[in-house]
Amino acid sequence: MSSFVLYTITGLGLAGLYFLLASGLSLIFGLMSVLNLAHGAFFAAGGFAAWWVMDALTVLPPGLRFVVAVVLAGLVGMVAGALVERGLIRHLYGRHVEQILLTIGLGMAAVALMGGWFSYDPRLLSQPAWFTDTTVIAGANVPNSRLLILGVAAVLLVGLMLFLARTRHGLIIRAGVENPNMVRALGIDVDRSFTIVFALGGLLAGVGGALAGVYFNGISPNLGTTQLIFAFIVVVIGGLGSVPGTALAAVLVALTQVYVNNYLSTGVGSISVVGLLALVLLIRPQGLLGKAAP
Amino acid sequence: MTAARIADLHVWRGEAHILHGVGFEVAANAVTALLGRNGVGKTTTLLAMMGLLPAKGSIQIDGEETVGTPTHELARRGIGYVPEDREVFAGLTVAENFRLAERPGVEPRYDLVYELFPDLATRPDQPAGTLSGGQQQMLALGRALLNPSRLLLIDEPTKGLAPIVVEHVMEALVRASSDTTVLLVEQNLWVAAELATHAVVLDQGTVVYTGEMAALATDGALAGRYLGVEVR
Repeated sequence: MSSFVLYTITGLGLAGLYFLLASGLSLIFGLMSVLNLAHGAFFAAGGFAAWWVMDALTVLPPGLRFVVAVVLAGLVGMVAGALVERGLIRHLYGRHVEQILLTIGLGMAAVALMGGWFSYDPRLLSQPAWFTDTTVIAGANVPNSRLLILGVAAVLLVGLMLFLARTRHGLIIRAGVENPNMVRALGIDVDRSFTIVFALGGLLAGVGGALAGVYFNGISPNLGTTQLIFAFIVVVIGGLGSVPGTALAAVLVALTQVYVNNYLSTGVGSISVVGLLALVLLIRPQGLLGKAAP
Repeated sequence: MTAARIADLHVWRGEAHILHGVGFEVAANAVTALLGRNGVGKTTTLLAMMGLLPAKGSIQIDGEETVGTPTHELARRGIGYVPEDREVFAGLTVAENFRLAERPGVEPRYDLVYELFPDLATRPDQPAGTLSGGQQQMLALGRALLNPSRLLLIDEPTKGLAPIVVEHVMEALVRASSDTTVLLVEQNLWVAAELATHAVVLDQGTVVYTGEMAALATDGALAGRYLGVEVR
């Protein structure tokens, strides 16, 4: 029983990381039909930003330093997202092959750049001592870092949902995911929302990168590339453009992975996720909470 | 008075050359019906006028050339659009669909919209996707009427609606056209004849008739030739 609780909370922590990476991807694809294969770079960049803060700003106490690290990671991701959209993607709307080539190239270049700068060996992210302490939940010793990741992801999920539900920008984004041309025909410059969504996606991915450094106990340039594959699976299972769908799918994928790895055999978890994807595509091709193509 | 003047308009959709030098005028403060059989380019003409398809040629609205102007800019300049198949935002509520249409600095005309469509006032929180076809059409029309406009482009507003709903939509269109210019695409000749004073008929991407709607509606040979309908 106690190991089940531990696996579940570990799985939910992983789900939080998947959600942070996948929700931006899903919104970007839903609104702009852009497959952002460079999204993993925002994740890794956020991770390195957090690493730099933890490594360099030793004047701050560890707890506060970690808060600064997460905030900076989010900012780095946000700025990177906005710059990529404004500087590059903007010129390629509607040209899907060019977009894919651009974002693949950008992702590879970003990984190489980070590799050259920080080397490809994982950098250990120094963490406040509290993170490695455990809290007893239903008889299981759960590392506090798992609870932290889960908490931050949950807060950002709620924040994102409120942003989409309550603000004018959120309204435009939700409508734009359904039908960008009709939003334009109502007098709204949807392209401005494109930048906002890229920045938002970058912010979530950046924070995800910082938390991934905690979860995986280190940051490496390929951090995002590896996780991006699972994030895409999450996006497809959840339904393109659906934030609640992404959250649900992140939980399903991560729990499947962790349970299978621990109860069946290590390594089978990743394969089982692909099986889950195939199953969803057979039964509900539009994803769990996605809308069928008209 | 002419509200819009279209000249030598060419539009492609992908590889297909749909409009071959279309030219016509839309009379100000009147309803002009854009008619023709299926697939002759009526919807394409409206999409081009709304800036939603790239076009070559000239589209002047109140004397201003608009080819190449972004869609949202055209909408802000007072061109309203009610698309074929309504295109309401299915996942948004009725109230959110309206709120999206609100514009900074423009007083939304909710009084007018809810007077025309009182049914919509009673269901603000209902997702638009769960409305009936008629209610969705009312929402699409109401959304376009929320802001005052100088030219309304309305594409097949009665398509697939029950006769009683058609009556209701027509009443709303009469009211909507009382203070603006309307270019109306309509398959139903009777509806077009009731609403429009002027007619433009397209055939295979070119204009084959422009003139009085009444003349077209009563001339069986003419209507038969261009529209494939019999007029009794």
